[in-house]
Amino acid sequence: MKNLINILDLSVEEINQLIKVADDIIANPAKYNDVCRNKILATLFFEPSTRTRLSFESAMLSLGGQVLGFSEASSSSAAKGESVADTIAVVSTYADIIAMRHPKEGAPHVALTRSTVPIINAGDGGHFHPTQTLTDLLTISHEKGRLGNLKIGVCGDLKFGRTVHSLIAAMSRYPGVEFVLISPVELKLPSFVKQDYIKDKGIPYTQSTSLDDVIGDLDILYMTRVQRERFFNEEDYLRLKDSYILTEEKMKKASDELIVMHPLPRVNEISTAVDSDPRACYFRQARYGKFIRMALIMDMLGVNV
Amino acid sequence: MNIDSINTGFVIDHIGAGKAMALYKLLGLDRLECPVAMIMNATSKRMGKKDIIKIDGDIDIDMDVIGYVDPNATVNVIREGKLVEKRDITEPDELKNVLFCKNPRCITSTEQELPHIFRLTDRKRRIYRCIYCDTKANN
Repeated sequence: MKNLINILDLSVEEINQLIKVADDIIANPAKYNDVCRNKILATLFFEPSTRTRLSFESAMLSLGGQVLGFSEASSSSAAKGESVADTIAVVSTYADIIAMRHPKEGAPHVALTRSTVPIINAGDGGHFHPTQTLTDLLTISHEKGRLGNLKIGVCGDLKFGRTVHSLIAAMSRYPGVEFVLISPVELKLPSFVKQDYIKDKGIPYTQSTSLDDVIGDLDILYMTRVQRERFFNEEDYLRLKDSYILTEEKMKKASDELIVMHPLPRVNEISTAVDSDPRACYFRQARYGKFIRMALIMDMLGVNV
Repeated sequence: MNIDSINTGFVIDHIGAGKAMALYKLLGLDRLECPVAMIMNATSKRMGKKDIIKIDGDIDIDMDVIGYVDPNATVNVIREGKLVEKRDITEPDELKNVLFCKNPRCITSTEQELPHIFRLTDRKRRIYRCIYCDTKANN
């Protein structure tokens, strides 16, 4: 039985195959609109989410399957103190596949011990969010036409940003990749991520505290939010917050071939004026998320077309 | 300093200097009623300095715990005052309910019946991580 807890559970070959299927879904959606008939996806969201849950549900419905679940812990037996293991033991008798989000790190690992159906981790606290990374990879593959030979700038909160850690882990397996790490000193990439996925693999990288200085060199700019609550004092936050806001002015310095990505939700880190720039692909990115989840659900249910 | 030789028990020798206290705690030796001697910073030809723990009592010792703290330590089993066995120590692949995850965001912090399991994820750097949240173990 297949499960997906961490993006590194998937080999590069498996990811490439999922991207290939997602590409075919985009090109020929009608071919797939009934392939999961009589299959049920349970979306167990122990904490609220908009895009991820709706994207999973839209993916399953577009495959002809059905969905059930809950969208916050208060509307489930978790509110009565039921353990994750017990919830999963019950739900796996009602559904063919489970996508779960939980605020506690490692909750999907507990789910695996009791589930009789495949488990997809739809985010466990600040730990893993593998379907976001698959979304990012499909976006890069579509928008750039390749997954290797890219200079990728990751900008903002690199310390707590799980999407950034997973993206670096996933991209570090493709040839010719170079990273540019753009963040305030307070929010720089944790040393274990840098060691395991960049230094140990001999991948070239540079660090910068200025987006302005490096934007012109990038193929991809992956933006994340610098959050006020991450700073020890207000002064530092006020001093730094604007340097990591992407504006039309900064975009003038970027290459015509740049793509700007963001896992969303965006607050103020990308000016809305940038949205109409064809290089801004974060809303297209959210759309790709549905297609890669369709490919993933099919793969985990063993559905071939 | 005089420490009586032991009759029946164990001598954990060649412990890296400074590590005996961690081993003492993790093995739960503070809960024993039999005599336990801890010698720290003893002179060693091979190691320069080393720690030694002598336990004068026939108890169950978790070799995995010793392997986790210092895989280069040696364990001598003593019966009636004589050395009867030398046990090999290796780094365990997994430790169950020996270390406890301190990450407040880990699922083990709210679901308290879950076993705390740490797995060796990097043999070269001897790094153990919580199987749930990947938090690194600290000695």
